[in-house]
Amino acid sequence: MEIFTNSQWLPLVFMGLMGISILAYVILDGYDLGVGILMSQASDEEKDKMIASIGPFWDANETWLVLGAGILLVAFPIAHGVILTALYLPTAIMLGGLILRGVSFDFRAKANATHKHLWDNVFMSGSLITTIAQGYMLGLYIVGFEHTLTTFAFGIISGICLAAGYCFVGAGWLIMKTEDILQIKAVRWGRIALWGTTLGMGVVSLVTPLINPRIFDKWFSIPNFFIMLPIPLITGALILTLEITLRKLPHPNDHYCWVPFAGAVALFLLGFVGLAYSFFPYIVPDKITIWEAASSPESLLIILIGALIVLPCIIVYTVFAYRVFWGKVKDLSYD
Amino acid sequence: MDALMLARIQFGANITFHILFPSITIALGWMLLFFKLFYGKTRDIKWMNAYKFWVKIFALCFALGVVSGITMSFQFGTNWPGFMMTVGNIAGPLLAYEVLTAFFLEATFLGIMLFGFSKVSNRIHTLATFLVAGGTTLSAFWIIVLNSWMHTPVGFEMIDGKAHATSWLEIIFNPSMPYRLVHMMFASGLTASFLVAGVSSYRFLRGDKCASVIAALKGGVYAAAIIIPLQIFVGDMHGLNTLKYQPAKIAAMEAVWETQEGAPLLLFAFPNKEKRRNDVEIGIPKLASLILTHNLNGKIKGLNDFNGNHPPVAPVFFAFRIMVGTGILMLLISWLSAWQIKKTGVPKNWVAILLVCMTFSGWVATISGWYTTEIGRQPWLVNGLLTTATAAASNVSSSMISSTLAMYLMLYVTLICCFISVVFYLARKAVVTSSNLIKPIEGGM
Repeated sequence: MEIFTNSQWLPLVFMGLMGISILAYVILDGYDLGVGILMSQASDEEKDKMIASIGPFWDANETWLVLGAGILLVAFPIAHGVILTALYLPTAIMLGGLILRGVSFDFRAKANATHKHLWDNVFMSGSLITTIAQGYMLGLYIVGFEHTLTTFAFGIISGICLAAGYCFVGAGWLIMKTEDILQIKAVRWGRIALWGTTLGMGVVSLVTPLINPRIFDKWFSIPNFFIMLPIPLITGALILTLEITLRKLPHPNDHYCWVPFAGAVALFLLGFVGLAYSFFPYIVPDKITIWEAASSPESLLIILIGALIVLPCIIVYTVFAYRVFWGKVKDLSYD
Repeated sequence: MDALMLARIQFGANITFHILFPSITIALGWMLLFFKLFYGKTRDIKWMNAYKFWVKIFALCFALGVVSGITMSFQFGTNWPGFMMTVGNIAGPLLAYEVLTAFFLEATFLGIMLFGFSKVSNRIHTLATFLVAGGTTLSAFWIIVLNSWMHTPVGFEMIDGKAHATSWLEIIFNPSMPYRLVHMMFASGLTASFLVAGVSSYRFLRGDKCASVIAALKGGVYAAAIIIPLQIFVGDMHGLNTLKYQPAKIAAMEAVWETQEGAPLLLFAFPNKEKRRNDVEIGIPKLASLILTHNLNGKIKGLNDFNGNHPPVAPVFFAFRIMVGTGILMLLISWLSAWQIKKTGVPKNWVAILLVCMTFSGWVATISGWYTTEIGRQPWLVNGLLTTATAAASNVSSSMISSTLAMYLMLYVTLICCFISVVFYLARKAVVTSSNLIKPIEGGM
């Protein structure tokens, strides 16, 4: 019966809400960060197209990060303090990257044309810095915020792998939103990034149980092993399907151009479920559970009521915004 | 320097940089809506041209506001973990409502407002503009509620060292909220008005005398001339409210060390914190008492009677004078310009030059005003409840803070320079293109 008291189920609900926002962030800002990193491989004309494909969305995409960090802050304030002070430097670097990226997006179109290249470079490096810092933060979270040379190396590796992941979802976005040469290029980028993504997911899946006996038991004891087995199996099958599909893209009538993006979303979802299963019920690995870190139930209830009213509206108008800019991207203009 | 001071400087630098841009977008969003509505009503192309020029600057400010705002949501945790641990039950829901009701609304419809002109009907586009303006205002509302509650906390009880809400209505409509909210809205109105008037004057002086430039210039000047007396009135009310709830802040603003009746209004002074008195004083006798208590011999409680629990005097004293001085300058220049433009229909060059100089005056007034009120709350983070020192992170070294502070400062200074130069660059570019005027836009597609 204990599950029915407010202080029991509310933290669970907020864990779920935070998970959804982080997942939404990783997919949505993931594709525009990925497009930013991939821009380094594109011609000037293609850069304009790539920017145009993410232009109307990046602001709102980034808001999911504010919501994710916001829920951590308001629902699990103790964990917010512990996690962010432990990750003080990478957080600051990520924020620096986000600032550079966000502003150069606007400056490049408005500043003197001779400075456009400069702002393009700032945009690409800002995207890369943000991504590596986020991956590094994920890596350090997995190793429980230990600061040694090995964990630093692991953090950097997971940063690079996250960059591959973002490039993959970014390439998927471009395959869907562009045509002709840029689309062909995006398919090539997608194939390379898929392997980086696979490698990254593999490394994280191996390291996480190996360094943490609790997580090892969770995955490899019977019957858990058989219950969770579908996750790696589906992931493997999905990667194979994506590789085969990418070989055949772009299709003459542009059929299946949405498959890589949808596949990327599914991959991120699977990886996320795996991580969530590993760490639940801890919010600070092996130290603080979601119940220990949660705010008072009456405050959580107030937020939940607001969230239940507002979130459906957010989803409706987000879908509306995506529909307005549906289809292949045209040049972006204020007219 | 110790970690606490560095953490304060870092947070202060970030929040200073952040407020520059919302203080423009809150009011500029509504101005853009009015440009669109005027166009819809009069079908005069000058309003559409004004919209198209200013929407670019709006987009730029919005992006700068978003990225610096994200930084803030992280720095609550990295710099002040004790804040959320003590008052998280109150601050949390307020911040959550800001994100949920305002951030997504403005960010999502911004895309349609900026790039959707040819993709949606004119009506939907106007609606998107309205929702963006409404979103920025709503976001200001929630954050002002929280900030005001930190100055005048009510509607809660302390259980085991943590604040728990007892009345959300009392928390939201806390005693200083109405004054602070209106004061901030007018501050934004003035910032945007002087920006619009200043940049339009710059275009005017460079020979761009088309109808849309004159219309924006006049609009900016008239708006400023109307808002500034209201702002002075509201500011005075806000001061009386502060006297009631935070008398130490008022004592610091006026540099009153000893409790006295018939206190003079100091025009200038050097507060000396070692000797606990002012070194030089130039003042008007009895005026401070008159303004604050509406009585020539009214009593004002001095800093020495607060048992050391008062803010640092000099920064509060000077910041307040910079704000008031800028406000008076705004009053003089906006009324002078309005009178001159009303008389001859177009601004004279000297008026335009004055307005160009005042382009960013709103920033100066807004920031010095915020410094007055926020430094004036020290040593408290939440008045009477939680000190800034207790809320600071104890496990972040000062070398870590100073290195990230250096990074942030470099970024902020560079970006402010870029922003100002791009605004004037856009103004110069508009001079070239406005000679071949943009063709009229058909409504409803």
